[in-house]
Formats: sequence, C-alpha cells, structure tokens
Amino acid sequence: MSSPSRPAADNADDATAPADSDKLTMSMVQAINSALDCTMAADPTVLVMGQDVGFFGGVFRCTEGLYDKYGPHRALDTPITEGGIVAAAIGMGVNGLRPVVEMQFADYIYPAIDQIISELARLRHRSGGEYFAPVTIRAPCGGGIRGGQTHSQSPEGIFTHVCGLKTVMPSSPYDAKGLLISAIEDDDPVMFFEPKRIYNGPFHGHDNNGGSGSWSEHPLGQVPAGHYRIPLGKAATIRAGSQVTVLAYGTMVHVAAAAIRASGIDAELLDLRSLLPLDIEAVAESVQKTGRCVIIHEATRTSGYGAELVAEVQENCFWQLRAPIERVTGWDTPYPHAFEWEYFPSQRRIIEALQRTLAYH
Amino acid sequence: MPTPTAGPAGAFASKLYVPTGSSRPGETPDFSALKLVSETGSFQPATDCEAGDTVPLARGLVRVLDDQGEAGGPWQPELSDEQLLQGLRHMLHVRAYDDRMFRMQRQGQLSFYIKSTGEEAVAVAQGMALRGGDMLFPAYRQQGLLFVRGRDVVDMMCHCISNARDNCKGRQMPVFYTWKDGNFFSISGNLATQYSQAVGWAMASAYKGEDHIATTWVGDGSTAEADVHNAMLFAATYRAPVILNIVNNQWAISTPQAFAATGTTFAARALGYNIPGIRVDGNDFLAVYAVTEWAALRARQGLGPTVIELLTYRVAGHSTSDNPDAYRAQGEGDAWPLGDPVTRLKQHLIGRGVWSEQQQQELEAELKQSITDAWKQALSHGSLEDGPHWPVATMFDDVFQHMPAHLLRQRQQLEDET
Repeated sequence: MSSPSRPAADNADDATAPADSDKLTMSMVQAINSALDCTMAADPTVLVMGQDVGFFGGVFRCTEGLYDKYGPHRALDTPITEGGIVAAAIGMGVNGLRPVVEMQFADYIYPAIDQIISELARLRHRSGGEYFAPVTIRAPCGGGIRGGQTHSQSPEGIFTHVCGLKTVMPSSPYDAKGLLISAIEDDDPVMFFEPKRIYNGPFHGHDNNGGSGSWSEHPLGQVPAGHYRIPLGKAATIRAGSQVTVLAYGTMVHVAAAAIRASGIDAELLDLRSLLPLDIEAVAESVQKTGRCVIIHEATRTSGYGAELVAEVQENCFWQLRAPIERVTGWDTPYPHAFEWEYFPSQRRIIEALQRTLAYH
Repeated sequence: MPTPTAGPAGAFASKLYVPTGSSRPGETPDFSALKLVSETGSFQPATDCEAGDTVPLARGLVRVLDDQGEAGGPWQPELSDEQLLQGLRHMLHVRAYDDRMFRMQRQGQLSFYIKSTGEEAVAVAQGMALRGGDMLFPAYRQQGLLFVRGRDVVDMMCHCISNARDNCKGRQMPVFYTWKDGNFFSISGNLATQYSQAVGWAMASAYKGEDHIATTWVGDGSTAEADVHNAMLFAATYRAPVILNIVNNQWAISTPQAFAATGTTFAARALGYNIPGIRVDGNDFLAVYAVTEWAALRARQGLGPTVIELLTYRVAGHSTSDNPDAYRAQGEGDAWPLGDPVTRLKQHLIGRGVWSEQQQQELEAELKQSITDAWKQALSHGSLEDGPHWPVATMFDDVFQHMPAHLLRQRQQLEDET
C-alpha cells in the first residue's frame, strides 16, 4: 500500500473520500478547521467551545473563521475552567447537542479530569444506557515547541485506561480531518489529541542530536475540501517492511519514518491513529510476519501506552517473536524546557533500538 | 455557639480558627449562628430584579408558614387544597419509603441506603413547582422528585436491590437513580459534578430556543467542590435557565455546615456571581414552592439563574454507614428551630379545615401498606443476594454505543469461564 516516501496523509482507507481533484493543500491546523467547518455546516447541533476558540479563533488558529461564519453561540468562548467547560459540554450533550471542546493544551486537561473520567466516560454505562453525551475533547499535545513542563505533555495513556472513552491521535492533515469528523459524529466521547509539533510544519531541529533537516517531511497534506471519515480503530501502514514492525502514532510516526530511512533497515511502520479502540489485528498481523517489534511514543515510559502494546503483542505474537519487544519513549521525568531534543525519542535512539532487536537470531 | 477549639497545647499558642458545629456529643445543640431572620416576610422582588436587590433575601429567610402553621406574607403561593394535600401525600410517601428501605438495609437486603427524613419538603415542593419538561440534576437525597414525577415505587426498589428489573442494570449502588422518561438525570457518587452539568443542559435548552429549564441540587458540604464555582460562573456568564439549589441540612456526614459556609449564608454566594440568591425555610412547603416557582419563571423568561439555599435539617444519619450520635448531640434534631416539614404542612391543612389528625393517620397507614406491597413486588423480580440479576455479560454493554473488539473478547472470556 505504501512506499517509504509516501506520507501518512495518503494512507487513509476511507471509501467515502472524494476524488483527488477535490483536494486542497492543508496543514493539520487547516485540516482540523476544515473538519469543524464541515460538521458545523452539516449539523446545527455541533458547536465548538473553549477558552479563546470564538472571537480569536483559538491560540493555534484551529477554530479560525468559525465565529464569523457560525456566530458566538456556536464558536463559544468560555471562562478559563476546564472542569466547567467539560461539565457544561456533558450537559449539552445530554440535551441533544454535539459539543467539540478545545482544551488549549493537553496539559490543562487535569483540572477537568474528574468530569472526564467519572462523568463523561461512564454516563452511558452507569445509567443503564439511558443517557449519553457525544462530546469530543480536542487537545494539542506533545512537545518540541519549547513549551516546558506545562505545554508539552502527552497524556493519552491516562485516557486509554479509562473505560468508555475513545482515544485518537492523528499524524497527518488528511487523517486529522477524517478522524475528527468521525469523532464528532460518534455517539461516544472521544479524546482527540493533536500533536502540535506537526500542526503547521515544516519543522527543523528535532535531529539536533544527529539527524538533519525536517523530521516531518510532509507537514502539508492533500486534503479533500468536503466531508469524509476515517474510521476510529483502524491503523494505517505507513511503510511495508519485513524485518521488524515499528508501532508509532502522532509526531513519532514522522520521527520513526526518518529513523527507518536513515537506518537502512526494512522495517514495517504502522501508524496506530486510534489507541482505543486499538487495531490489534493490524498490529498482530505485522508482528507475526516480521517477528520483531519496536514501540515508539513521546509520552513517558513507565505505565505508558507502550506497556499496553507490549502486553498485547506478546499475548498475540509470542510464538512468532524472535527478539524482545523494544520501547523507545520519553524519559520518566517532567518535560524539560531546555533539553527537549534529548527528551524526545530521537532518530538515534530509534535506530539503536532497531539494531538491538535485529541482533537476535 | 460553642467556643471554637483552642489551639494545640505546647510550644505554639495557635491563632488558627477552626469552625464548630451546632453540637458535638454531650453538648447542648445551638443553632443561634444560623441567624433565622425572616426579613422576607417583607417582599417578593420582580423576576427581572438585579442580584443586588436580593441581598436581604440571601441573608435572611423566606417563610410563608409561621410556627403555628398559619400562611402569610408576600410569598404565599396560589396552591389549591388538592395540590397541598398532594404535597403532603408525596412527603408521607417518601417517608414511608425511606423508613422501609432503611429497615431493609439493616436486615441485609440492601447494601446501602440514604434517608431524606426531615427534608422531604425540599424535593417534593420543588418538584411540584417545576414542569415535566424541566430537567432534574439531583443529588442523592432528592428521591422526593421521583415521587412527584410518578416513578413507579417498585422500579425504585428494583434499582436499589439491583435485580433483573433494575433500569441501571445492576451497575449503581442504591439511591443513585436514573429515570430518563421522567427527565431525572443519572446520579453520580462524586459530589457536585452534576451541578455544572445542569448548567450545560440549560445552556443547550437556551441554545435550542426551548423554554425547558434545568434544576440541580447540592448539599452544604459539597459547595466546597470546584464544580459549584464552575456552575455559578457558567450560569451567570451565559444567563443559563437553571435553578441552583443548595440544601443546607447542617451536616456533611460529621462535618458541620460551618466548614463550607465561612460564616455567611450559602445563598449569599450567589451575589458575587451577580446571581439573585434566596434563602428559604426548607421545612416550609409553601415557601419552598413559592421561591422555586419564582426562580423557574425567571429562568423561563430568559432572565438567568437563581441560587436557592434551602435551610433544613438532616434528621437521620448521612447514610446507613454512619452513626450520627458519634458526632453530634443525641436528639439534636428535636432542637431544630424550623420544625418538621410534614408536621407543619399537616398543621396548615388542618387549620385550613381540609384535613384532620384522623385522616393523617389513615393516610400514613395506607402508604405504609402500599410500600409493603411494593416491596413484595420488587422482591418478586429478584433480590440483591439471590437474584435474578441482569445477565452478567450485560456489564459489557453500554461502555460504548457499539461493543468494540476488545470488549467482545473479554465478554467471551467471561462467558467461557462461567
């Protein structure tokens, strides 16, 4: 399906995608904006809400123009209280609306965590199926923008541990739009993490430790102007390969792709896209074929999402494994301001992991 | 009011102030700190009043019934004899239900129970002042709302014992009811979380141009939760059509209301958010009805939220899991200066010449029998210990709208193992 040089953006498997002639060149920010615009145009119950999302169009510009187009009631500026925002969204969702909440940074989700974990995630279950709230929570996540410890975190693993939430992270403009439309139209709550490092691209500097040039070679993607969905729970094969399976999502898909190219190793790279539900079939099929697995994420290591992937892989692929499963992750420290390139899983660390896993015969 | 506790003995003579409650075991109950001033006998503001106009109401106390059961003053609602008798019936029904369920818990047939004894007027009068299309976001002591809205008592019991007819499918502990057909929201065990959700519901109602309002309840202790601040801020910011109730029943388990009240009234909290605040005698059925009706009208007219503090007393323990005699004077409830809501409405109705002690006794007996019959019926659908319950595999339902593959696998695993 994919060659090493093809971007994740062309990897979607959505049958409803419009023809190429309909496509525009977009950054991930523009693709997210386009997803919001498409769903708001089609459905008056969809609204976006959060701090600075209205008049100003969002600090990352994801909601730009929606205020002018749909008015202050549908591009709703809110007080700075994440718990209040999510709680209000739950009430709105129960009353027939489809709120899309923007958390200005994923790091700011924590004040809302009780509303998300105890309320939003469990409402359908605890009410015996009588109530639900179709809320989508968008959150710019990840580091690499000199954001220090409170503007750089990757908390996705916390939410995959919560029953009743879906957790998604795109790696390309095309995926971002199609996945976000699916998330908004889904009747379950979805945590939609947006790796802000690849919001606008191109970027330089990630490979200060040894690489060169932009680590996201395809910051812009060809994205259909209209409505299309990418189903939640389907991984994408970014690069087919035979020697080792590399599992990544978000920003790390690009870092992994660059590292694989630099290594000369014939690795198969999967972009998980959706962490919960997880496309375990795609993962298992690949690892059973290659017999080796390297997992890459930017979030900290201990009890991180990679640990879940290790467990799933060994449960599904034990007899095919030819080497211990490797994890390349952020360190178990708060995210540093000055040392973010050392904090990130670097190409060097990924290549070393690939080489270690291939050393087993 | 008892003297605040002295600082620790030893090196420091602490100036740290620690509030006290109305009594601790062995002390004489003292409610004088509550400032039971009924300035409100005096006026009822227009529904488009400024928040500042309600200062005397937020700091005083709205009453309609006096201590002899006579009604008077500007808040006297237009309620027919039939409506008042219906209110009395609902309160007695709740009391009979609570008593029965409490005893069943003590016999081991329920895992847990929470009584609303002494504060039945709050949910019953407020429920009657609202419309069926209005959404209720209750806390765990507003079971009276279900009686007002006509919830089948057998269904309530079936929920409490998680049997095969429990509409929550065995997932919630007792009293955490859900009833969508009655616009009664699913109750959370995390305090105050739904206070701010109710505001969101109300915002959506306004967004859609509908005139349904939301109403929500929180206890005095739970006002300490950030969700209460969030709710008031959002409600005021967007002028949401919502009624924010604070049921001040004096005790948050063993913690006195003084730990959240900070020496002021809870209704006065509203003023800082530019929301009208009214403190009402929560054991006065007529006053509670009138204030709620006024706030609902305000909300329906697009004038925004109202905060209502309902001053009442939790006669029973917090739940079946605590012993109130361990943290407050035995019989403190007898010293509660605002009486019992059932007795006061009964007195009023007798004074109106439409009710009698004899009729009261007959009604109590009838409701007791009715609750006994309902309990038998509920048990016929299964008990907590012996079932039948919902099929175990249904625990995997409703986690998501459609069951994803990992849950299908886990359900299969459970079925293979059992």
